[in-house]
Amino acid sequence: MAITLRINGEAHEVDADPATPLLYVLRDDLQLNGAKYGCGLGQCGACTVMVDGEAVFSCVTPIMLLEDSEIVTLEGLGTIDNPGPVQAAFIEKQAAQCGYCIPGMIVRAQALLQKNPAPSDDEIRSALSPNLCRCGTHTRILAAVKRASELMQSNGAAAGRGEPA
Amino acid sequence: MFRRVVLGLIFLIVVAVGVSVAIAWRSEIEPRDTAEPLEFDPALVEKGAALAAVGNCIACHTVPGQKAFAGGLALPTPFGTIYSTNITPDPETGIGLWTEEAFQRAMREGVDREGNHLYPAFPYDHYTRVTEEDNRALYAFLMTREPVRYTAPENELPFPISFRPILAGWKILFLDVGAFEPDPDRSEEWNRGAYLAEGLGHCGSCHTARNRFGALSGHWNGGEAEGWAAFAINEASPAPIPWDRESLHAYLRNGWHPHHGVSRGPMAEVTANLGTLPEADVRAIATYVASVMGEPTAERRSRADQILQDLEGDAAEQAASTDVQAVATSSDSLGASIYRSACATCHESGRPQPFGGLNLFMSAAVNAPNPQNLINLTLYGLPAADGVRSAVMPGFGAVMSDEELLALFNYIRDRFTDQPAWTDLPERLRATRSGEYHVRILPSDGIERGPSNIGASDDGDNTQN
Repeated sequence: MAITLRINGEAHEVDADPATPLLYVLRDDLQLNGAKYGCGLGQCGACTVMVDGEAVFSCVTPIMLLEDSEIVTLEGLGTIDNPGPVQAAFIEKQAAQCGYCIPGMIVRAQALLQKNPAPSDDEIRSALSPNLCRCGTHTRILAAVKRASELMQSNGAAAGRGEPA
Repeated sequence: MFRRVVLGLIFLIVVAVGVSVAIAWRSEIEPRDTAEPLEFDPALVEKGAALAAVGNCIACHTVPGQKAFAGGLALPTPFGTIYSTNITPDPETGIGLWTEEAFQRAMREGVDREGNHLYPAFPYDHYTRVTEEDNRALYAFLMTREPVRYTAPENELPFPISFRPILAGWKILFLDVGAFEPDPDRSEEWNRGAYLAEGLGHCGSCHTARNRFGALSGHWNGGEAEGWAAFAINEASPAPIPWDRESLHAYLRNGWHPHHGVSRGPMAEVTANLGTLPEADVRAIATYVASVMGEPTAERRSRADQILQDLEGDAAEQAASTDVQAVATSSDSLGASIYRSACATCHESGRPQPFGGLNLFMSAAVNAPNPQNLINLTLYGLPAADGVRSAVMPGFGAVMSDEELLALFNYIRDRFTDQPAWTDLPERLRATRSGEYHVRILPSDGIERGPSNIGASDDGDNTQN
């Protein structure tokens, strides 16, 4: 059964069971491999994407719920050559160790900064608490989100994206 | 003639006011001489700490993320917003000038040191049962906390409720002053549990319905707290598997039970606090609560046994199967499809509590008279606790429309319980989603509204979680 999903500003016709979690469609059908499969239970945050500006776990979100929604994945935030401000900040602060959690962290940070362009340390910690990092780069992740906040405010990109991909 | 009537009326009003004032008036208790240092036996302070945990004083008297016991938490009531007060020993903004006598009177009669009547948001209708000796320990505990200079905002109450002397009338009608009286026909443990639960524990503050004057009406027949249904904990308990002494003990101590799931909302704070109590006290509370609930009827028992038997059968089947995922089929209704694809992954996984989802056949939220807790949990989930391992549930408010949620809730109600459909679902969902009905969103474990708790959302905005 075909469902149309709007992802990173583009409409995708997807032939999948409506009960399929969005994560599987992203990775298996659309080759959008930024979101990662971690626990499959909505408990680790590696699969985080944005739906209508809110960070959600794509592994527990069936596509049947998303037909009228605007989905943004890691790929929608910028490219390797032209990273968005959150991506640039994570690179600048070298926030990744193994890197598996980082796509989810970046997308959740993006959702936070779109709503709250200048969050306090406590607000960043609180917003990122659903996402786990097992390497322990938390302090760098926090620094990166702070940096992203500065970048987004200084270049006026607070509305969300870097240059379109 | 007219003049005489008017004069007569004025006279009557003066007398009525005079009598009211006489009834309402409470004397000021002299401030403590702060030059004299307070000295307490450390054992008394320690006892007070345990009692403060039973009373869960910190929950109302602390704003999440702010200094403990400094007050200022907004307590929404049907009459307006009341702000909790500073109960640290700061002399100017806290209770630093209070003598023990003033503290004893506040707990027993709901009057502050200066003689003002206190609003019953401070549950003195329960605290009046606390013994003088225990109040002494609580006083010792509070007076040895760090003093914090902070004044809570003014209450937002309309006239005449804002006029404190009218509380004297409320008290005549609804307050039964006096210490707990043990029942000599019951065991010592039962009496200890009753004393804790009916007094400092003030279970009834949330778990009892209130009349239009905000006074308790009934006994543990189900009430609400901070946007959550506080289920009946008498014979009307909606728990599909009836509680007993053992399950209550485990739940109150650990914050979860295999047949009842994870404590959440404001109850999470209660269980987090009770987990710090002496084992015997938690056991005593469980003994008393179980006796208030009584033995379940044979019908309820047999339904519960059937549920447990069916679930054990399922678990065995799942263990033998490689594919434990529930599979959606094209004949499913919208509600069934959503349940199978978004909920069953956890709630029918068979993974044990507290980290697996509770099978909804065992869910009190699904079996309850109103759908509020199911709405809250589905929209906001259980946020992760700060810095400790905890049960979590993702919220689905961002991805489910009202239509989808209603279909889901109706399906769940229809499938998992034989209770009638909820009639107030659309209205409750609308009011909750819009923030008109304020829900405090709290993590599931390990919380205290102490200095480091940043997991709790306290901005009055339900749309963010």
